[in-house]
Amino acid sequence: MEKELTKLFEIFIASSLINNFVFTRFLGLCIFFGVTKKVETAVGMSITFTAVMMISAALSWVIFNFIMVPLDLTFLKIVIFIGVIAAFVQSSDTIMRKVSPGLYYKLGVYLALISTNCIILAVPLINAGEHYTFLEGITLGLGSGLGFALALVIMASIREKIEIADVPLPFKGLPISFVTTGLIALAFTGFAGIITS
Amino acid sequence: MEADNPQKIDYWKVTLSGIFKENAIFRLAISLCPAIAVTTGLRTGVLMGVAVVFVNVMVNITVSAIRAFIHPRIRMPIFMLIISGWVTVADLSMAAFAREAYKQMGLYIQLIVAFASIFTRAEIFASKNKIVPSFFDGIGMGVGFMFALIVISFFRELLGKGALWGVSIIGAKPLLIMLLPTGGFIATGILMGFFNWIDIRFYGGKGAGGASGH
Repeated sequence: MEKELTKLFEIFIASSLINNFVFTRFLGLCIFFGVTKKVETAVGMSITFTAVMMISAALSWVIFNFIMVPLDLTFLKIVIFIGVIAAFVQSSDTIMRKVSPGLYYKLGVYLALISTNCIILAVPLINAGEHYTFLEGITLGLGSGLGFALALVIMASIREKIEIADVPLPFKGLPISFVTTGLIALAFTGFAGIITS
Repeated sequence: MEADNPQKIDYWKVTLSGIFKENAIFRLAISLCPAIAVTTGLRTGVLMGVAVVFVNVMVNITVSAIRAFIHPRIRMPIFMLIISGWVTVADLSMAAFAREAYKQMGLYIQLIVAFASIFTRAEIFASKNKIVPSFFDGIGMGVGFMFALIVISFFRELLGKGALWGVSIIGAKPLLIMLLPTGGFIATGILMGFFNWIDIRFYGGKGAGGASGH
């Protein structure tokens, strides 16, 4: 039992800090640069993303292990995972609009951006590739989601400052954000030694 | 050339626009993820580029060929199916024929499926044009992407390993940091700034590079 908890904890730390989706795995960059202009949107986005990542990790784990593996369909994983995630996101969009309009107006706008996003798709793909158990899979989803949230909030806070800085014209906008991200990524390489296994 | 026949599409222009004017990475700033992930060496950069060209062209051809049968309301899922089908083809072939490289970049090949650049081309261009122009559009967008990957990986491998295509050239490792994720971000940022500068300096652009979508 204790060993399993340690494994879960390791996966959590590894996916949120050491293999941070943005800074070391380079996933979700498009969203990362798109929504980090304001801290407020960044926070809303990270809540939605973390929730969707956990749920889609769970859903796709069940489908992968109970349907695709017994039927020998694992080569279709890209097609099926995309379908599962898109269907889930679409339906949660509809359900949220009906059940809780308040929450929908806060977070619903981000849902539309999610359905075909690489960062969401990566979680089930990594789970399938590493043969994680159900709990490990969900932990990976949670860790990656929180790691992504951390990255979004850090970047958004910095970009609010960059907006008023005097940047050379060719570097305005994205290029300077890339260089800044590079510097944050350098700081994140410092986490690499936390877990030695 | 087109003035006398507005229906005729200049294939060369369609292709070139994908490479320079609408370069997915440096100008449109979409589908960035693999640009940094696989560009630690020229070889992986080129392989990824080839995979993207393949998927882009095949998707464009397929969408264009069946465009008359796709009902507009269900076009999104249909495009997704077509794209993920061709990505699976690329993924499995890569796993079979380039094992070493696949171990390193397998996840990113699979994630081509989430490329906005491919999806938008299917949506904007291939679903409205005949097969031949769509083919050239796919080539242009794909090659433009590959070009960006090659430029980034050229600098990263040269500065990080002092080598090109695995062959040592400088005999030292001038800037090891270029191989780290950090180097990828900074190299892409500087190159993007450089392309913006060219646009401002020679074409009178406004340097608004990166109206980021995803």
